[in-house]
Amino acid sequence: MSLSASAPATPEAIARYEPVIGLEVHVQLATATKIFCGCPTSFGAPPNTNVCPVCLGLPGALPVLSREAVELAVKAALALNCRVRPQSRFARKNYFYPDLPKGYQISMYDEPLAENGYVDIVLEGAPKRIGVTRVHMEDDAGKLLHEGFRDSEGCSYVDLNRSGTPLIEIVSEPDMRSSDEAYAYLTEVKQRLQFIGVSTCDMEKGHLRCDANVSVRLKGAERFGTRAEVKNLNSFRFLKLALDYEISRQVALIESGGQVEQETRLYNPDTGETAGMRGKEHAHDYRYFPEPDLLPLRIDEPWLDRLRAAMPELPARKRARFIEDYGLREYDAEVLTATRAGSEYFETVATVSGDPKSAAHWVMGDLMGLLKAEGKEISESPVSARHLGELVGLTAKGELSGKLAKEVFAKMSASGEAPGAIIEREGLKQISDSGALEKAVEDAIANSPKQVEQYKGGKTTVLNFLVGQVMRATRGQANVAVVTELFKRKLG
Amino acid sequence: MDIASLSIDSIREGLLSRRFSAAELAADALRFAEAANPETGAYLRFSPERALASARRVDERIARGEDPGPLAGVPVAVKDVILTKGVTTTCGSKLLAGYVPPYDATAVVRMEEAGGVILGKTNCDEFAMGSSTENSAFGPVRNPVALDRVPGGSSGGSAAAVAQGTAVVALGSDTGGSIRQPASFCGVVGVTPTYGRVSRFGLTAFASSLDHIGPFARNVKDAATLLRAIAGRDVRDSTSAGVPVPDYAALPGGGVKGLKLGLPREYLKDLKSETGALISGGVDAFQRLGCEVREISLPSTDYAIACYYIIATAEASSNLARFDGVRYTSRSASSETLADMYRNSRGEGFGAECKRRIMLGTYVLSAGYYDAYYLKAQKARALIAGDFARAFEEVDAIVAPVSPFPAFKLGEKVDDPLAMYLSDIYTITGSLAGIPCMSVPCGKTAGGLPVGMQILATHFGEPVMFRVASAFEQAGGVN
Repeated sequence: MSLSASAPATPEAIARYEPVIGLEVHVQLATATKIFCGCPTSFGAPPNTNVCPVCLGLPGALPVLSREAVELAVKAALALNCRVRPQSRFARKNYFYPDLPKGYQISMYDEPLAENGYVDIVLEGAPKRIGVTRVHMEDDAGKLLHEGFRDSEGCSYVDLNRSGTPLIEIVSEPDMRSSDEAYAYLTEVKQRLQFIGVSTCDMEKGHLRCDANVSVRLKGAERFGTRAEVKNLNSFRFLKLALDYEISRQVALIESGGQVEQETRLYNPDTGETAGMRGKEHAHDYRYFPEPDLLPLRIDEPWLDRLRAAMPELPARKRARFIEDYGLREYDAEVLTATRAGSEYFETVATVSGDPKSAAHWVMGDLMGLLKAEGKEISESPVSARHLGELVGLTAKGELSGKLAKEVFAKMSASGEAPGAIIEREGLKQISDSGALEKAVEDAIANSPKQVEQYKGGKTTVLNFLVGQVMRATRGQANVAVVTELFKRKLG
Repeated sequence: MDIASLSIDSIREGLLSRRFSAAELAADALRFAEAANPETGAYLRFSPERALASARRVDERIARGEDPGPLAGVPVAVKDVILTKGVTTTCGSKLLAGYVPPYDATAVVRMEEAGGVILGKTNCDEFAMGSSTENSAFGPVRNPVALDRVPGGSSGGSAAAVAQGTAVVALGSDTGGSIRQPASFCGVVGVTPTYGRVSRFGLTAFASSLDHIGPFARNVKDAATLLRAIAGRDVRDSTSAGVPVPDYAALPGGGVKGLKLGLPREYLKDLKSETGALISGGVDAFQRLGCEVREISLPSTDYAIACYYIIATAEASSNLARFDGVRYTSRSASSETLADMYRNSRGEGFGAECKRRIMLGTYVLSAGYYDAYYLKAQKARALIAGDFARAFEEVDAIVAPVSPFPAFKLGEKVDDPLAMYLSDIYTITGSLAGIPCMSVPCGKTAGGLPVGMQILATHFGEPVMFRVASAFEQAGGVN
């Protein structure tokens, strides 16, 4: 057993070391049915109802590969810049566990779906490329239920609804050198996969699961240190916390004369610590061999080309385009490309309004504020992108004051109506016709002799007061620029 | 009605001429089989309800004037590794005693759609592992030809039922010779079709890349008719082939004159026994029929046994993992931990031969041994397949012995697994190559024990294989 690191490493000690991190990310594909049978993948059904002889692992049952699962997996591989192999092969990974009905997982081994990819991350302005070693397909296991039954004290139950759910495993190169880089990498991977619609990547539902391989070495050292595999990183926060803990643990261990053991460690979010699960002496021998029940998976170039052509624009590219084409600030571009739905919403607002900067301002300000207050996703927004675009367009053309626009927006969010309809009904349209405003301006001049005198005496700031009179009289509908011009002409 | 001498044609004739109904035939056949079964133990259990229901459907079709199907009313025995919905399927294992599958194998569905009537499930070596049917957890089967001898294996029950006359045809499974060898031992016809010809969906897997479902019959035509009914692409088996299924039973006339038959040198060099003499007689018969028999070489044959016992056991070790005591298999009563539960359930449930093969298979797939065993065996397999491919450039079919010896005595080889494994020496090469092969009766030894002639053809070469077999059968075999 490894020495237990009684004290965490000092910041000085940690600073002498360089962490080396690689991530294994499991992603559940958003298919309607399971990877090797026709059972639905829906979440939350009563235990053992979405099952059939194939995903129950009954005698005589055989897997048949889902085309949809392959399509999503290939899209994921393309989004991660991988080379999709013309031929890949499923392999059996053999081990015993009650949630694994066949006694083996159907995965891929030496002929994965795709290899040699990368994603680029940016950390504090500095870009870095993280290699993606491989992407392979596999089926998920079921779930053990240890709680919630009358006899849960001495009994566990198996729910096989999840058995056979399609997964991809994305293995990175050991290219990350800090927990922040790992965080940024996982963020980028998640965002890409969500963008292309291959997975919801919902970590709470287990649609995105992450294991990390971590080692440390003295800065400048050539060789990698011995790595530990850290499991149970079920949120972005836990990933960072667990990595920081593990890095500190390994440094402390080495500094105190110990050695890191190659082992699997489980992160405990309650204590914030990692603990050894099984050492090398208990390491599994999975006895991989080619799955004889499935033919090799051949992916022909024309099909691949069609998928490639149908790929949506990925977030990094979209960010660059938003900055370039719309003149957005980098931060705004990042916020607006965080999700595919958000970026599409913004682009509609920008196009309809003809004013991308104002569009960004409205989407990031009023709209996101509204969604947050109502606890809604952008896809459920009560204000459609087209309507918001129309509203932003009206303000941009000076047909609606900022103040009125906010009023109209509030009404839009309540009723879902188009801004034009609200403005029409409530008579909120800005009055820009100088003929229509002339009377109000003349009234204001007549009612404010003192201010008129001051203005004529050279105190031009008093103009604001006079304009304010007109605005009040028109319930804010007057076009300020037109009114100001009228005063200048009449008093000048 | 003389149940034991019925054929598919005679049943069809009887049904269509209204001499008997399918229901009457099924009831008679069940009565006869149940009475005769204790002699051999070929059947593990009968399925009278299912049989009578199938028979009634055939009668209804006939009453409506519809074609009742190519297997109309034919009593069929099904090996107990092939799943039958609602009918207990044990695979000859204690682990599955009382296991009732919730679905039917595709071959069973197709056979019943063709009008077949399942009388019951036949005994076999546990999970189809063996060459004598002595590895069944439910006792051995006796060879109806000589009751103190084994029927061969692993499909011994199906072969014995057909030989005894308690079924007209039967379904068996073959991984390394489990149809051909018992067919040879019992003096019936047994066919291992091309790999992928018959869906494996619903066949409890032993070695997935080698497993086949195939027919037993008392004549070539019946075997061909049954094969045609069950063959063809099945979307539930990715390894099943989309190659069209010809009418195997509509054999073209003109015999086999001028066909080139290959006789593999490597199969004959150690065959000096009575079996060798019968095979030579069979070869003479082919020559009399006008075939050109030439000696060929299959040089990689020597690797076959080792290659087979690596690949088959490797796959078996994985395929049998699901019998773990967690769900449908029986669970050991006394276990403290999960690991104990696995160990005890499997330790108590599996018989010696299964354990031997699971251990072998686990070993050859282990880290550090995979390349030396499994990978090398796959290379040898490719060489063996290459031997056949070259041979079929020269010849239309290959003729060979099925087994080096006829049926041996019960208990004679149970303590010598290696001697038992050698029963398969001539059958596993065809299995490894995935080509169609069959056994047709080729006379009897002086002691009255049947010997089979093996006929092998190229992938999806069933038509030529059946043509050769049929001509041989009609010529009266060796005599």
